[in-house]
Amino acid sequence: MKILVVITLLTAGSFTASAAVDFINEVQPLLTAHCIKCHGGIRAKGGFSFARKESVFSPAKSGLHPIVSGKPEASELLARITSHDEDERMPPEEPLTSQQIETLRKWIEEGAIWPEHWAFQPPRNTAGATIDSLVKSSLGKAGLKRSPEAGRHTLIRRLYLDILGLPPSPAAITTFEKDTSPGAYQRLVDRTLGLPGFGERWARHWLDAARYADSDGYEKDNARLDAWRWRKWVIDAINDDMPFDQFTIEQLAGDLLPNVTPSQRLATAFHRQTLFNREGGVDPEEDRTKRTIDRTATTSSNWLALSMECAQCHDHPYDPVSQREFYQFYAFFNNAEEADAQVPKDTPGAVAGEEKEKAGMMKARVMRAKERKTFIFHRGDFLQPKKDAGEILPGTPAVLPELPVPAKGKSTRLDLARWIVDPGNPLTARVAVNDIWSRLFGHGLVENKADFGTRSAPPIQLELLDHLALELLKSEWSRKQLIRYILLSKTYRQSARHRHKATGIDPGNVLLHRQNRFRVEGEIMRDIFLETSGLLQHRVGSPSVFPPIPPDVAAQSYAGSFKWKTSTGADRYRRAMYTFFKRTAADPNLIAFDCPDANVTVAKRNRSNTPIMALATLGNEVFHEAAQAMAKKILSNSSLPDQAARIDYCFLLCTARKATPKEKSTVATLLEKSRAYYVKNPSEADKLAGNHRLKQIPAADNAAWIATARIILNLDETITRQ
Amino acid sequence: MSPTQEYLARTRRDFLTTSACGLGGVALSHILAGNSHAAAGLPPLAPKLPHFAPKAKNCIFIFMAGAPSQLDLFDPKPKLKELHGKKMDSELLEGKRFAFIKKESAVLMGSPRKFARHGKSGMWFSDLLPHMAGCADDICMVRSMHTDQFNHHPGQLQMQCGEGRFGLPSTGSWLTYGLGTENQNLPGYVVLTAGRGSSGGATLWQSGFLPSTYAGVRFRNSTDALLNLKNPEGLPPQLQRAGLDTLRALNNNHLASMGDPEIASRIASYELAFRMQSAAPELIDLSGENQRMMEAYGTERATPKGGNRGRGNGKAYAEFSRNCLLARRMVERGVRFVNIIHASWDHHSDLDGELTFNTGMSDQPVAALIKDLKEQGLLDETLVVWAGEFGRTPLGENRNGRKANTGRDHHPNAFTILMAGGGVKGGLSYGTTDEIGWQPAENPVHVNDFQATLLALFGLDHERLTYPHAGSERRLTSITRQSRVIKEWFS
Repeated sequence: MKILVVITLLTAGSFTASAAVDFINEVQPLLTAHCIKCHGGIRAKGGFSFARKESVFSPAKSGLHPIVSGKPEASELLARITSHDEDERMPPEEPLTSQQIETLRKWIEEGAIWPEHWAFQPPRNTAGATIDSLVKSSLGKAGLKRSPEAGRHTLIRRLYLDILGLPPSPAAITTFEKDTSPGAYQRLVDRTLGLPGFGERWARHWLDAARYADSDGYEKDNARLDAWRWRKWVIDAINDDMPFDQFTIEQLAGDLLPNVTPSQRLATAFHRQTLFNREGGVDPEEDRTKRTIDRTATTSSNWLALSMECAQCHDHPYDPVSQREFYQFYAFFNNAEEADAQVPKDTPGAVAGEEKEKAGMMKARVMRAKERKTFIFHRGDFLQPKKDAGEILPGTPAVLPELPVPAKGKSTRLDLARWIVDPGNPLTARVAVNDIWSRLFGHGLVENKADFGTRSAPPIQLELLDHLALELLKSEWSRKQLIRYILLSKTYRQSARHRHKATGIDPGNVLLHRQNRFRVEGEIMRDIFLETSGLLQHRVGSPSVFPPIPPDVAAQSYAGSFKWKTSTGADRYRRAMYTFFKRTAADPNLIAFDCPDANVTVAKRNRSNTPIMALATLGNEVFHEAAQAMAKKILSNSSLPDQAARIDYCFLLCTARKATPKEKSTVATLLEKSRAYYVKNPSEADKLAGNHRLKQIPAADNAAWIATARIILNLDETITRQ
Repeated sequence: MSPTQEYLARTRRDFLTTSACGLGGVALSHILAGNSHAAAGLPPLAPKLPHFAPKAKNCIFIFMAGAPSQLDLFDPKPKLKELHGKKMDSELLEGKRFAFIKKESAVLMGSPRKFARHGKSGMWFSDLLPHMAGCADDICMVRSMHTDQFNHHPGQLQMQCGEGRFGLPSTGSWLTYGLGTENQNLPGYVVLTAGRGSSGGATLWQSGFLPSTYAGVRFRNSTDALLNLKNPEGLPPQLQRAGLDTLRALNNNHLASMGDPEIASRIASYELAFRMQSAAPELIDLSGENQRMMEAYGTERATPKGGNRGRGNGKAYAEFSRNCLLARRMVERGVRFVNIIHASWDHHSDLDGELTFNTGMSDQPVAALIKDLKEQGLLDETLVVWAGEFGRTPLGENRNGRKANTGRDHHPNAFTILMAGGGVKGGLSYGTTDEIGWQPAENPVHVNDFQATLLALFGLDHERLTYPHAGSERRLTSITRQSRVIKEWFS
């Protein structure tokens, strides 16, 4: 009842001049823009900070109260912003406008209501809500309706790309399109979620967060030939739908679990993905400190969406994380060290023969406990521990729920991991579902996925975010169940077609009036080309592989120290997530498409669109070989009676649909032009076909199909998930 | 107002405003997404206006990775020579850290080089740089640089990206993000390398948290100037064109059906790629350059013996010269930022021999570049920078109990960089160091101050050229440091 009243008030209020001033939308932006630079974390001038609620309601250094609730005349803030004395007036550069001053005055007069930050409050349940009901209601407020369901070919391709990172085969498309019985889509979803590609695709997202690579980074950038073992652990955990709480605990503190298994030890390699500087003259303790800071920042950013790293030098400028609290969090990871452990080479049954034969143990890089004393570092400098401030014990930020007091001794990484996934932690489940949502819609409900801090305004779809977070908890952290729930929603199944009127009202599609279209990620670019042309080798896991890269790319590594020995046979055609990732000389086919450089944790990739990408997919060896193989695949398919059928098949492979008559004639023209050229230039035809020449077909036909297939492979529709 | 209502009110307002300007609703999503170029149908690298009137338009940043010795090239220290072989005042050593030097037994090392004054201003150069010394009146030399990093990779990151950390955009990325580029048929940010790879490798020209549109693109010293520039073997240009015509037609059909303006951007990218295929080979084709110019740059020079670190594939001299000449051709064609990287200045031993090799390689072409730009009338708008990531110690390096000191260790406290053109004052020697070159004595310049000034030369305010990342508005200079623009450098 209470909630209802508030909503009514707000709704009514927005149309009258006497509306209550809203802190989040009206006051906080003013404070952030004009005040916090000096009266914030880095420089809490005058001894108070607008980043901390308790600070502005207490006396400042001067003894005056910046804000006295309900009393503008007693609030120093107001006195200063209205002062005519140039030396007194704030902000010093330029005075606030009279409207801005009035907003602040009115807000103080109304009681200076400073609500707790939304993300630090527990998720709230909306009774009887579903994804679709919540979306429908917010669309309704804007006078909008959901878009119709996407066509079947679009649905299956979207689903395959989102869940597996691969396009559907023509057979899978046909089966789905023919299945008109009720529940066809649901069966497709269930089947797809059971395929091993699911673990590969979603593991790759996690590898971004973990800054996974196959080398140390920095100048020397030595190879880490065992790194892949942990990657396989992630793939398996996701395919097995390991609950997210367990997934978290094992990676952050698997080594501390009772009766620890080798697999749980291996899981801790999450934090062995940090860079390691082996450059001559590096202070090992300095580098260890850097790695520990990285572990601290990565953990808080990845699980809590709090950017803590700036608090290593000073109190956080905007968020309620003090420098002391940073080092409390740091202490968990400072009480750990790097170690090697013997782990099984691979889980049985998951890989082909050769691995099994060599079954046994291998070395893996893991973490283990090591007690150390932690001190605050003055300005983040490890040479300046503030011993007078006393030893800092492991702990969590005060703004979040309390960490239980340990039965004995200090809190451990295991305590931290359990605290992170405690259902009472308001952030973890929200952050996790926001990430999942972003993989299925192209944008998070909180757009800046790595920042749920106080600068992050409550998302417009907060109710939806909370609903999903509570669903995840209800399912006991089953990511697969949550993904399935989203996939089955009408919201997910909408068409991505832009509607003019709706775009005018909801240009950012924040209200979800349609699905989104976006270019697939760098790895998936390669995977689409290889899968559609039949080259892709579906082997899950295994050591990293070396597909062809330009020879002078590897030469860019330090002193040309690195030899890239191109893989032969099946390993030349593995999914891109298995490509050996050398930090200082990464595969340009990945980097050009916004694949992260694996140096820091990444929550959200860029999606840029450059001519360099076009040059790659048109001319690079890997992509061109796919065009060669695709021509061969189409021309050798005896069930295709004529050119029209072959064009349809090519479209089906690339876009999951057949070509329209108009498209067919456009493509036929290119085929004709190409054929005419190659009839006259037979040696060029042979060159174009390379190692994928189909002997029983005239060379000119073969080449004409390659020249055409490469264009269909480059269609916006082929490289876009829609 | 509830967040939804607030959002709707805002978009309605924007919709009306932009519609009034003649932009349709489709374009609006891009304006709201901060992508006003895409909305206006412009490529992401289309030229943009700076914050205030610029002095420079283009930048050629010659990055001498590894840290050249300022004490043997630019900053003469007679006192150091006097104290050669003596221990240092231990107070100065307190709290200092070194990569390799053992403090207890380290002794000072004077430079064997002869220094002389050059140009009207009497700028100091050592005898290793006779050609560059001839450009003294165009050069602004800053001797009081200092940085926070004393290992190579972090130091190189700081010099290129503002801080010694990963995941940050480089200077070239910020410039192209802020200004776009003049020539849409070439990348706006080009990297040229000679010799071996640097410590930083490709991390020195990645775009960090900025979209990869703003990443450096490496031009190669070969017929295939850009990666993947050539058509696949057996595919003639006319079929590339015919293929792209087909692609455009099919993509246009799809655009009509889906209404997503991103498809139009995709079409534009492919067309750009096609134009690049002819613009890039034209750029690296030096056949139109006259013989006098080729000789001035030394593009045909043989690489002498020695320089084991700097030899690369044994063609370092010719490649470096060629890179300097290519850099001129690039700025002439409107490339915004050219980064020439040469990575072999880390002289822990045989300093004199190695420096002789490296300056032999770079002195003549760098001087030729400055003169050439001047002759072509390009120097006023082109900022040339010559810099490493830090400097080298006045102490000789005594690693592993070496008997003789023949090299110098990493020195972040004081080093020298040079600039020419682009609105900086020629003939200016700025900042000084103490009598042994240990630390700045007057006008210390932090790397971030240099970067703030560089941006200011391009009409950009380093505090306003920002991008949201990890909870704050990030910029080239550190957000926790008060950096200053050094107006004294402006001509």
